[in-house]
Amino acid sequence: MELNIVELSRLQFALTAMYHFLFVPLTLGLSVILAIMETVFVMTGRTIWRDMTKFWGTLFGINFVLGVATGITMEFQFGMNWSYYSQYVGDIFGAPLAIEGLMAFFLEATFVGLFFFGWDRLTPRQHLGATYAVAIGSNLSALWILIANGWMQHPVGAAFNPETMRMEVTSFFEVLFNTVAQAKFVHTVSAGYVTASIFVLGVSAIYMLQGKHRDLARRSMAVAAAFGLASSLSVVVLGDESGYTATENQKMKIAAMEGMWTTEPAPASFNLIGFPDQQARETRYAIQIPWVLGLITTRSLTKQVPGIEELVQDAKGRIANGIKAYDALQQIRAADSPSAVPDDVRQTFEANGGDLGYAYLLKRYVDDPRLATPQEINDAAWSTVPAVFPLFWSFRFMVGLGFFFIALMATFFVLASRRSLDRHRWLLWVAALSIPLPWLAAELGWFVAEYGRQPWIIEGILPTAIGVSRIGIVDIAISLLGFVALYTVLAVVEITLMVKAIRVGPGKVSAPGDLVRTIPAATQPAE
Amino acid sequence: MILYELMDYGLLRVIWWLLLGVLLIGFAITDGFDMGVATLLPFVGKTDVERRVVINTVGPVWEGNQVWLITGGGAIFAAWPQLYAVSFSGFYLAMFLTLAALILRPVGFKYRSKRESQRWRNNWDWALFIGGFVPSLIFGVAVGNVLQGVPFRFDNDLRMAYEGNLFGLLNPFALLVGLLSVAMLVMHGAAWLGVKAEGAVAQRSRRIGGYAALAVIVMFALSGLILWALLPGYAITSPIDPHQASNPLTKQVTRQMGAWFVNYQIHPWLLIAPALGFLGAAGAWLGFRGKASGRTFLSSAAAVFGIVATVGVSMFPFILPSSVDPQSSLTVWDSSSSHATLFNMLVAAVILVPIILVYTSWVYRVLWGPVTEKSITDGDTHAY
Repeated sequence: MELNIVELSRLQFALTAMYHFLFVPLTLGLSVILAIMETVFVMTGRTIWRDMTKFWGTLFGINFVLGVATGITMEFQFGMNWSYYSQYVGDIFGAPLAIEGLMAFFLEATFVGLFFFGWDRLTPRQHLGATYAVAIGSNLSALWILIANGWMQHPVGAAFNPETMRMEVTSFFEVLFNTVAQAKFVHTVSAGYVTASIFVLGVSAIYMLQGKHRDLARRSMAVAAAFGLASSLSVVVLGDESGYTATENQKMKIAAMEGMWTTEPAPASFNLIGFPDQQARETRYAIQIPWVLGLITTRSLTKQVPGIEELVQDAKGRIANGIKAYDALQQIRAADSPSAVPDDVRQTFEANGGDLGYAYLLKRYVDDPRLATPQEINDAAWSTVPAVFPLFWSFRFMVGLGFFFIALMATFFVLASRRSLDRHRWLLWVAALSIPLPWLAAELGWFVAEYGRQPWIIEGILPTAIGVSRIGIVDIAISLLGFVALYTVLAVVEITLMVKAIRVGPGKVSAPGDLVRTIPAATQPAE
Repeated sequence: MILYELMDYGLLRVIWWLLLGVLLIGFAITDGFDMGVATLLPFVGKTDVERRVVINTVGPVWEGNQVWLITGGGAIFAAWPQLYAVSFSGFYLAMFLTLAALILRPVGFKYRSKRESQRWRNNWDWALFIGGFVPSLIFGVAVGNVLQGVPFRFDNDLRMAYEGNLFGLLNPFALLVGLLSVAMLVMHGAAWLGVKAEGAVAQRSRRIGGYAALAVIVMFALSGLILWALLPGYAITSPIDPHQASNPLTKQVTRQMGAWFVNYQIHPWLLIAPALGFLGAAGAWLGFRGKASGRTFLSSAAAVFGIVATVGVSMFPFILPSSVDPQSSLTVWDSSSSHATLFNMLVAAVILVPIILVYTSWVYRVLWGPVTEKSITDGDTHAY
């Protein structure tokens, strides 16, 4: 029963999070592209750039509103479905969420109203300021949420407090400057920039193919190709940085992504393709490239990358430590006052407290981890291995898409600089058909990051199954079905409106040479 | 770091209790009129243009207003993690309904006028009504339950078990508070429309707003009388250490009649809060009878402030009492984050909140002025 609650809660969180992330990357990237376009307008006074900003702004608005609406679900769900998690780590995890609201959401949400309603009430420079505020606000929100998520992957700057039975912050600075969080932030916003670039590129390519709105499409494609090329390079570089930081603290995730069951002599080879078999604990039909994995993950020729079996043996040791910590914790809790706790008990807890979460892995099998049999400890150690096959392939598809995006953007960048964007119709088709791909890559990326973290909700600290709310399974079923129904309707509505807005197009667009009169002549380019 | 020493744990807890109040009141005052306007939409707007006027009065600001709720949720998570964990999971289905309604609302604002079809627009108008009415009602019902105590208990690992269900929440007193909340936000939304709309829409709003203000006065008084005469409050009977570790199970609590009125006996000046609730609603009523103006809106905002503050002041130091295991009740002294987190968060708030207030008031000033039918029909493509 308990497991069903866990599975349903996970399913609901995964669905609502992945749905939310259909809208987030476009918001992240398109807000920056709008800022770029409007900057060109304000600097040159050419009204076509204002019309472009307004047109892409309309599409931005349709997308933005669902990102906002589905984001509320994310914040509420921690408390609704993961209440023990919330109570266990709220002291650390809550702060970035609250600061996200104060620093990012207020900025973004207050100025997005001005972006849409302020065209006639503001000077061009003031309006540009509002657009920048939206872009900065949405990107800052990504920073704070990834600081929170980074802490789930790599919980630094915190310690367990037996008096309050929860994790408490020891260094807010370490939480903020968590290397995992920083790498993830740049990787994620870059992925958002790529998404928006391909969206703008693809929609413009459709206009080119139809021979419509050519002035708008050509300029939009140039912006998208340049911005997209830089971003797609950044995604891959920072993805690599994420992999490198994960080698240090999420060795199991790396080993599972690579389907590497046993430790190889350094430098390890990279399984280009293969078929991981969880039962047999091997990766069949692997095609290997020597040295590559060792080089990517350790950036050295001598450091070993541990395989799954070695990591499971490590986990057994940590479970043993965790049981010692659990025993000491029970004695501390039973004592009448903190001063009544014997010194050796306190020392045992301090020495092993970091592995307390490993004892909680046993709660699946036995109520009191101290009573676990060797077989149960063995099972618990093997439960630290996530499902390898889906991770292995999701990761490879994501990386493959990442390289494809670089090639696509580089191609269009060259075409744009040669002023021959419409020379090859088949390339325009490729751009148009690529529109869904960055979303696919982003979802695969989140899948690798979060599914690869299992069975932990906080890596090494709290198992997912422990963090769940103990609520009725019917309640969860109702909310899950409700979300699926509501979200499906909204997806249909959103796509309908998006397609309609694209079909209607930008309306009347200024001719390329039109200048706005309110800009002082001195700032206009000489022509 | 001297500051960290000066801001002792007990003081920080009181500050964060106040800030929790500020966020909830900020939400009730700003997003409150959005919800009131959405609730009023089908009733004060008869034609499509009128309804577009109604929607566009909140069009540019609802998004920023809603952030009060999101930030409030984040602040509760960060500063009062147990309150966040217990209330959000305990009120699970009510929370889900609120979420569904809150999701419909922004989408309704944005998408309603994107198609000409009358059916499309009518459906979104009702979606907007739900998005305003349902959260107003549920927030009030939740407060009505909190005042009576909520059926939850902690085990020795501080893992919470909730022993109620959705229908348990729908008791008569909670429904009364729910209706009070709806009336309060309808009054507030009507006051906003009185300022931002013109003609028939403003006139209908004033009429409904007047009734809503009277209903607020009656139901606010009635709720107080019931709490005084029929429903027990909660009191801590063990010694209080404001600096103790956050563990609710270390105290003793009893239920007793009139406990929610003790704070007023000790500090009579606190009666300002309920007085503001009554006077604000009365002022709004008078305003609706004349030509509703900025002053009506301020009166209504004062009423919202007073009524929400009354709940907090009456219950202090309780935040979320437990009806089945009073010892598990969450209070200011035993359910906060650690000293360090409360301090870090306060630093963030002290830096960021003034900045937010500056640009929010600038934006409101830029957008000042009534929304006319002409401004909607004049082909400004970005109006809703």
